[in-house]
Amino acid sequence: MTPTEFASQLLQLGLALALAPLLVGWINQCRAWLQNKSAPSLLLPYRTIRKLFMKDAVVALQASPIFRVAPYVVFGAMCCAAAIIPSLATDLPFGRAADTIALVGLFALARVFIALAAMDIGTAFGSLGARREMFVGFLAEPALLMVLFTASLISGSTSLPTIVDVFAHRELAIYPSLAFAGVAFAMVSLAENARIPVDNPATHLELTMIHEAMILEYSARHLALIEWASSLKLFNYSCLGIALFFPVGIGVAGAGWTALVAAAPVLVAKLAVGGFALALVETLSAKMRIFRAPEFLGTAFLLAVLAMLVNLLLGS
Amino acid sequence: MSDNALGLVIAAVVAWIVIGALGLVRPRELRFVSHLLFPLGAAVGLALAVVAFFALGQLPQSTVLPLGLPDLPFHLRLDSLSAFFLLLLGAVGAAISVFAAGYFRSGEGAAPGLLCFEYHLFLAAMALVLVADDAYLFMVSWEAMALSSFFLVTTDHRIPEIRQAGFLYLLIAHVGAIAILLCFGVLQGGSGDYTFGSMRSMVLTGAWPSVAFFLALFGFGAKAGLLPMHVWLPEAHPAAPSPVSALMSGVMLKTAIYGFLRVTFDLLQGQLWWWGVIALVLGLATALFGVIFACVQSDMKRLLAYSSIENIGIIVAGIGLTILFKSYGKTLLAAITLTAVLYHALNHAFFKSLLFLATGSVLHATHERSLGKLGGLIHRMPWVAWLALVGTLAIAGLPPLNGFVSEWLLLQAFLFTPSLPQSFVNMLVPLAAGALVLAVALSAYVMVKFYGIIFLGRPRESNLAYAKDAGWFERAALSFLALGCVVLGIFPVNVIAMLDPVNAMLIGSTALHADSGNWLLLTPINADRASYSPLIVLIGIVAVVLLTAQVVHRLYHGRVRRAPPWDCGFPLQTPRMQDTAEGFGQPIREVFDAVFRIERQLPSPFDTAPKYAVKVGDHLWHWLYLPLARGADALGRLVGMIQQGRISVYLTYSFFTLLALLFFVR
Repeated sequence: MTPTEFASQLLQLGLALALAPLLVGWINQCRAWLQNKSAPSLLLPYRTIRKLFMKDAVVALQASPIFRVAPYVVFGAMCCAAAIIPSLATDLPFGRAADTIALVGLFALARVFIALAAMDIGTAFGSLGARREMFVGFLAEPALLMVLFTASLISGSTSLPTIVDVFAHRELAIYPSLAFAGVAFAMVSLAENARIPVDNPATHLELTMIHEAMILEYSARHLALIEWASSLKLFNYSCLGIALFFPVGIGVAGAGWTALVAAAPVLVAKLAVGGFALALVETLSAKMRIFRAPEFLGTAFLLAVLAMLVNLLLGS
Repeated sequence: MSDNALGLVIAAVVAWIVIGALGLVRPRELRFVSHLLFPLGAAVGLALAVVAFFALGQLPQSTVLPLGLPDLPFHLRLDSLSAFFLLLLGAVGAAISVFAAGYFRSGEGAAPGLLCFEYHLFLAAMALVLVADDAYLFMVSWEAMALSSFFLVTTDHRIPEIRQAGFLYLLIAHVGAIAILLCFGVLQGGSGDYTFGSMRSMVLTGAWPSVAFFLALFGFGAKAGLLPMHVWLPEAHPAAPSPVSALMSGVMLKTAIYGFLRVTFDLLQGQLWWWGVIALVLGLATALFGVIFACVQSDMKRLLAYSSIENIGIIVAGIGLTILFKSYGKTLLAAITLTAVLYHALNHAFFKSLLFLATGSVLHATHERSLGKLGGLIHRMPWVAWLALVGTLAIAGLPPLNGFVSEWLLLQAFLFTPSLPQSFVNMLVPLAAGALVLAVALSAYVMVKFYGIIFLGRPRESNLAYAKDAGWFERAALSFLALGCVVLGIFPVNVIAMLDPVNAMLIGSTALHADSGNWLLLTPINADRASYSPLIVLIGIVAVVLLTAQVVHRLYHGRVRRAPPWDCGFPLQTPRMQDTAEGFGQPIREVFDAVFRIERQLPSPFDTAPKYAVKVGDHLWHWLYLPLARGADALGRLVGMIQQGRISVYLTYSFFTLLALLFFVR
């Protein structure tokens, strides 16, 4: 591991941590504009996190240590995930320790812990949320893996930096398999980040909640960590999508500092466009019933399998 | 020591039999049996594991024992494959024996000494199965294994359901044993020599290799719980005492995997690609079936039994892929796949035994197997709960624990399937990979349900407040197994180096090679294609967690207030408002509605005492087993018609039989 690689690693991790709440703020702002509402401040998520850190934590009487450990584990898993997804450059030494399958494993680790924490208090909403989260996850996780497999088959590697290196270097051509995979990935991202049409991040209507139902009992610093981890998850998914489907502008291995600096505005621009697209999707669609979610995610899964089949049959 | 490893294995078998027999001396003396004999058995198991570990890389050793029938002595052989499974048996068996030392109580079913005898006979029989080198000894020890475990399953034989479960187990074990016997009959190829050595050199022609393969798949599949012979698992595992369930699920199922590998890769020369396809499809069907059924169970041991079916399915699918690769001459990939298979077998032995033993502790503390009457045990039984958490995360396939490593390896093998000659097979591979990841993702659902409902939340019954944590023997055993899950997860390169002699023996290639990196980084093909380092992932997560905790507590404050739960401001909460096991499984039941046979009893709106009941059954039971049973009954009645009960009629039958024989023999 050279010092440059290490610095690049730290820089990208720091950027992810710093920019993640901003992305959420940007999406909220876009959505407010699209829905003819007056927009909240772009920096509101940062203020929320700071406010939550200042408060006294209230923990339920019957909470076990799992409840208090879970936010840290979720946050840790999301940080590790952020460390292996190339956002600015592919100089990521940590990327050798965990590949795409491990990335999905890290997401699953976070999901299992938050679901266990939700069941820990023993309230009706907590276990309802945990059940629904695992229910969404059991279809979203294979679909995500199949999308990543398609990319791995094209590039001949499961390591994310290598995949992005290959994708960034190849000539511009339309890969039918990637088109299928892209649609599947978009659907999975919506479901995994608790977005409309599967979940509604703004809702507090009990019967429709998934993610919010699980974290009802959390407060103060625990809630702050969970909120930060959720925004980090959204950031990770966005960067993963950018890295897989729009890798132009990401500094390839050994490109040096100038490429790193040049990649930052490109990334911000791509995230801004992506965030606007997400807000548009959320404005145009309605939340579906929980039992429609399997159809939605089943479609994503089938598209992802189709992508892999197309890749094997056409070799592209 | 390594010169006479086989002698030491035989000594271990004899020691187990002697320990078992000592149990019969004073069968009712609980302290003698549980504080002396079971720990002794554990020590023997540990010694066996050490011997097997050192024998793994050694050349095969064989010997002939002058036992058995005249002119038909017992042949024994210890090679890498046997050594690997002996290691699994010894290590996991030792932990289970330690647990059993603290588990068995007097006044529960059979006398402790009798249990001790059956238990150690079971261990000895499994060890003999693994070193048998002729069909005769193999079948004798296979039957001894089936019978001793049958008696262990029916420990509480006064309960009719347990007797029924035992009968079903015995029946399927014997149907399988017949298939295995026939398989050996095919393998000896008319030479009349039933030693494995002669079977190895026998070249079968025509359809005979396929016949032998499918008899092995059926026979060993019946023992392992492959579809459609899985029905005994969810009946026998809940019926048996928990250490026995752990031993059966963790170790005995692996002897079936051993037998299947032995016949397919060692005794049969040359494998055909379509065997692999069939094993792959059957394995994946079993995996999906098992995990979907596990989602809807409400008995904790049944849930684990279905989860075992799932894991066996994954293992058999991996074997199918190995056959496929080997038949096309892709030895490196075949070695990686076989590594994944053996690794998963080892992992499953550790985490499934851990979870079964944990359910045993819960069962003793609460006398309750139904998930709907448990809850909140993490407060009452912290040792069991935290150790079971390790097993839960491992079986859910989460990094950096051991379940993830074997799944990672298997997925790598799927991903790097080169283009195979058959386009049909090429199309199958992505579908199979999809089915595999679906099964793995569902197993996380199952394990959250299992752990969350038993250990988290609030106690659903008032008597749970008196539950006591497990004793020291049980804690030691659970800690050992949990430690195994962590070590197997963190040091995959060392484990694979340990497994490689088996690959070299069965495939002719090793999974690790010159450029496969260092001990820190697992790189099955080369570093550019894939690499994984659980230790770094673990350090990464732990570092972030500790750093965040430090920063949060330094910069802000660590104040915590305890208060009643908020739950959206609803004040009248009772523990009954938590999800039940049925509730947690309900989404899966809705989605996979067609897979289940659901009998529902719904109350009408006017019921004064409404009652809701739902029973989730298995279609195969009604489509396959009941018709078969009815057919057997009808056949029995037909045969019964010639039974008149008068001696003259029987003499007439004998007369005609003699005439017929004379006619044929002439």
